[in-house]
Amino acid sequence: MMADFHYSTDADGVATITWDVPGRTMNILRIEGFIELGNCINAAMSDDNVRGIVITSGKGSFSGGMDLAGFEELTRLGFRESPGAVLEQMMGIHRLLRGLETGGKAANEFEGRKPVVAAIPGTAVGIGFELPLACHRIICADKPDVGIGLPEIKVGLFPGAGGTTRLIRKLGLAAAGPWLFKGTLADPRTALSSGLVDEVVEPDRLLESARKWVLEASEDDLIKPWDRKGYRIPGGTPYDREGFESFVGAPVMINSRTFGVYPAAKACLSAIYEGSLVPFDTAIKIEARWFTSLLMEPSTASMIRTVFTDRKALGKGVRRPAGIEAQRIARLGVVGAGMMGAGIAQVAAKAGMDVVLLDRDQDRANGGKERVAGMLERQAGRGGSSREAVRETLSRIRPSSVLSDLRGCELVIEAVFEDPKVKTGVIAEVAACAGSDCVIASNTSTLPINGLAKAALHAGNFLGMHFFSPVDRMMLVEIIRGSGTGDKAVARAIDFVRAIRKVPIIVNDARFFYANRCIIPYLNEGIRMVGEGVSPALVENAAKLMGMPVGPLQLVDETSIDLAANIAAATKSALGNDYVDGDVDRIIDFLVKKGRLGRKVGAGFYEYGPKGKRVGLWPGLAAEFRPLSPQPDIEEVKNRLLLIQVLEAVRSLEEGVLTDVREGDVGAVLGWGLAVWAGGPFSWLDMIGAAAAADLSHELSACHGPRFKAPRLLLTKAANGEKFTAGGATRSAGA
Amino acid sequence: MPNAYVYDAIRSPRGRRNGSLREVSAVRLSAMMIDAVLERSGIGTDCVEDVIWGNVTQVGEQGGCLARAAVLLSGLDDGVPGVSVNRFCASGLEAVNLAANQIRAGDGESYIAGGVEMMSRVPMGSDGTPYAVDPQLAMGTHFVPQGIGADIIATEFGFSREQCDRYAMESQRRAATAWNEGRFSGSIVPVKDHNGILILGTDEHIRPETCMQALAGLEPSFRTIGESMPGFDRVAIMKYPHLERIEHVHHPGNSSGIVDGAAAVLIGSDGFGRMTEARPRARVRSCARVGSDPTIMLTGPVPAARTALERAGMTIDDIDVFEINEAFSAVPLRFMQAFDLDTDRVNVNGGAIAMGHPLGATGAMILGTALDELERSDGETALIALCVGGGMGVATIIERVSGTK
Repeated sequence: MMADFHYSTDADGVATITWDVPGRTMNILRIEGFIELGNCINAAMSDDNVRGIVITSGKGSFSGGMDLAGFEELTRLGFRESPGAVLEQMMGIHRLLRGLETGGKAANEFEGRKPVVAAIPGTAVGIGFELPLACHRIICADKPDVGIGLPEIKVGLFPGAGGTTRLIRKLGLAAAGPWLFKGTLADPRTALSSGLVDEVVEPDRLLESARKWVLEASEDDLIKPWDRKGYRIPGGTPYDREGFESFVGAPVMINSRTFGVYPAAKACLSAIYEGSLVPFDTAIKIEARWFTSLLMEPSTASMIRTVFTDRKALGKGVRRPAGIEAQRIARLGVVGAGMMGAGIAQVAAKAGMDVVLLDRDQDRANGGKERVAGMLERQAGRGGSSREAVRETLSRIRPSSVLSDLRGCELVIEAVFEDPKVKTGVIAEVAACAGSDCVIASNTSTLPINGLAKAALHAGNFLGMHFFSPVDRMMLVEIIRGSGTGDKAVARAIDFVRAIRKVPIIVNDARFFYANRCIIPYLNEGIRMVGEGVSPALVENAAKLMGMPVGPLQLVDETSIDLAANIAAATKSALGNDYVDGDVDRIIDFLVKKGRLGRKVGAGFYEYGPKGKRVGLWPGLAAEFRPLSPQPDIEEVKNRLLLIQVLEAVRSLEEGVLTDVREGDVGAVLGWGLAVWAGGPFSWLDMIGAAAAADLSHELSACHGPRFKAPRLLLTKAANGEKFTAGGATRSAGA
Repeated sequence: MPNAYVYDAIRSPRGRRNGSLREVSAVRLSAMMIDAVLERSGIGTDCVEDVIWGNVTQVGEQGGCLARAAVLLSGLDDGVPGVSVNRFCASGLEAVNLAANQIRAGDGESYIAGGVEMMSRVPMGSDGTPYAVDPQLAMGTHFVPQGIGADIIATEFGFSREQCDRYAMESQRRAATAWNEGRFSGSIVPVKDHNGILILGTDEHIRPETCMQALAGLEPSFRTIGESMPGFDRVAIMKYPHLERIEHVHHPGNSSGIVDGAAAVLIGSDGFGRMTEARPRARVRSCARVGSDPTIMLTGPVPAARTALERAGMTIDDIDVFEINEAFSAVPLRFMQAFDLDTDRVNVNGGAIAMGHPLGATGAMILGTALDELERSDGETALIALCVGGGMGVATIIERVSGTK
């Protein structure tokens, strides 16, 4: 059997435990591996010839953390057996790590301890950093592109293997807060200056330094500060003058950042607060109890699955058509050097592609490149990349106004004005000059791909690619397959998206594809409520309390009111009598007539200050649309804003626009932040159960109209008691 | 049910923060009030059942059952026990209510109730509390500090900065008038040292010269912690999502003053009067205590008053004099708005904005103020109510007793 951990001893009595999970580029901790680690530690502690232990990795990195599938297993254990079973698992981890920390002795026994050093050759995150935190010393190889830290919060967890309790005791709440609550990773030198690690050495001196420390460590070196008499947490505790302020501030900051929908940060802070009032070993127990409570939340497993497992699978191209060779895009053409075009050029050049950035004349094309330069420099200013790297990226972008420069491009993305006439003109021109093998993609958020495909010479090589703004920050790309699009083109588009390190989802061509099909009804529902007299503040706040990153009215202002009017007009002419948003148009028309076209003109649903800063909702709304009295219950407003999107996601699946539920969840989470806390719309449905969702939509459609009518697919799932996702968790399963 | 009567109500002058009373200890000021009650009523030192003493910050010199310590330092017999009670800002009135209800239940004939708070000596909050720091509690209740709660009241119920300032100015004017006309003189116990030398004889916090321009120049106290660090307004809006923002209207000029002071009330039964020849001044008609929304925190006086009225079988129009603690301008403004009251029935002699709010004592102080005003204005009934931290409210209705009892 291939082991995850290898154990060896040398003539000096130094035991080395080498972590090297077979068949993986990065070590992850599996339940079985954990038992092996325990055996290695026990072997070293019980062997009188062993003077100390070095824990290191057989790979260039230390560890990527816990096997998240193992967490899913733990949550299942919790639901199947009891929370007590989960707690016992966690306490087992704590006992092992505590034994390491006390050098094989009792916590109050300082003599005869064995030194334990973590020698970290590279990335060490999650439990991959919690294990080192339990050692007496952390020595790190000096490599710049390495991440060290505790990113658990990003997948809806918190460090539950003692990392929370140890980091708080090492740094105090104020200094440890960002590492725990933002999940920021540090490079080794930052980790050293921040007190996360103890020493940074040349990579080839790593093991030698670790061994040397083991052999030279004094008895005093092996006592953690928190095991010494008179220890106080740096920065103070909740009930002393020094610590009071941070402990008052923390719940406020977490509440206002998570809007009450993410339980992990609250559980983490509770572990910190309650732990800060008691000695270390009691604090560990408290940490384990809160961690267990988090694993018992159905949303935790859902969020891990979508945000980590499924996202990673999609990012690796799991939906790529089979049997097609990997395609490298060496040269990318981007037509249209506006905001989107420049953004696409930027991320492609950064990924090492040569980019031809084309526009009608050279000045416009140059302007696009300058835009990229500006964005890159701002990033460099924030410490994103070096000046050298910026220069190199920029040197790959060639601005041009000559169509023939696109020859030789494997992929050309047009990102010109969102108008079918303009777009078809450009597509025809590009198709005429690019080679027959070139894949042409339209970056569009709303225009039907099959309509545009008529302009392309080879419909098989044409598809849609919907980038989100700002391109450099948004991780999702929606790839739209037209009815004539070939597998090879889809594969190339996926390969491109992977190369720029974004996540592709593949959807079929239908009005507004997937993302905007859900987002536009969200915006409309918010606008409609304003027309009904619901307080605009209530609409915006309800959206946030439901977990949306941006309220509908703010979002309309940012994308502009006239765009909303144009989309409405186009939808109306396409749908004819089926058009349902006439009541929304009334509000939009009113704003257009008032010249309130959104943020770009400094007036929309909101009022704006001189620098475009939102100063508040426009009071004119209340004057025009008489406020309801009483105002509706917040839960009703939240449900309307949530269901209008979720039901549309279900319809997308029912109609075959979406063909994979994972894409529906990951797309919604990365694309517009819908129900991230629940792992996306389908995971949310599984959490509350299709039957409850069907009831809710029935209630809403009775009060607010047929747009809330439950799709047949939802009713079928409800009738059969089925889930949308594979292995989705339902609340009732735990109750 | 036996009746409970107020036989006497006295108070110390209120010393401004770090002012004249800074040199006086909490236990000594408490004992001084107890002794003043004994002296004025002429009752025996052993005929009090208990001393119920309101006090909020029960640490250090105010810690460890200060009530008992005060009994021991006072002229009362050692056989009288003493109990400290904490209902935050209403502790003094809660002490009165507890005493009255003991008597109404037939448990004992007389009590000394009251309270003390030496805010210059024992800083507010120094006793520690989980409300703001325990994440389950703080995040679950959307905890915001009281001042933000007061600003939420102003926002929710529509009180402008100008209205709050005008209210504050009127409090100052009324307090000054009351002092000038000697309306408090019958109840004030001057604070003297061991040699009999006067330390403080009048309220020290009053600023009769207060004008609107000066008030308008003051920075709102809770804007920074509300809007930026740590950003309590965002938490408040999670609780009240129909609000777009919180208007920060309160500042030191329209909020209660931080002061030192103590007050004592002698509560007794019918029989107590007969035994001691003390004369009852008022009957306790009803009391009430309620829990209210913990986030906005300070709206408790309205439901507490409603309950007290209901228990007394009265309506708001039956009440002649109102004392509604001026924790912040928005609190009495909200009370008047809720009951549609005219300003000339409420806090007619000024309040805590002008004279200060010694947390544990105020409830007993304003009960005495209400009683004095009933006698001065020949009114019948008074309602006293205070808002309380954590979202509570306490109210008491008293009725003047005339003739022989």
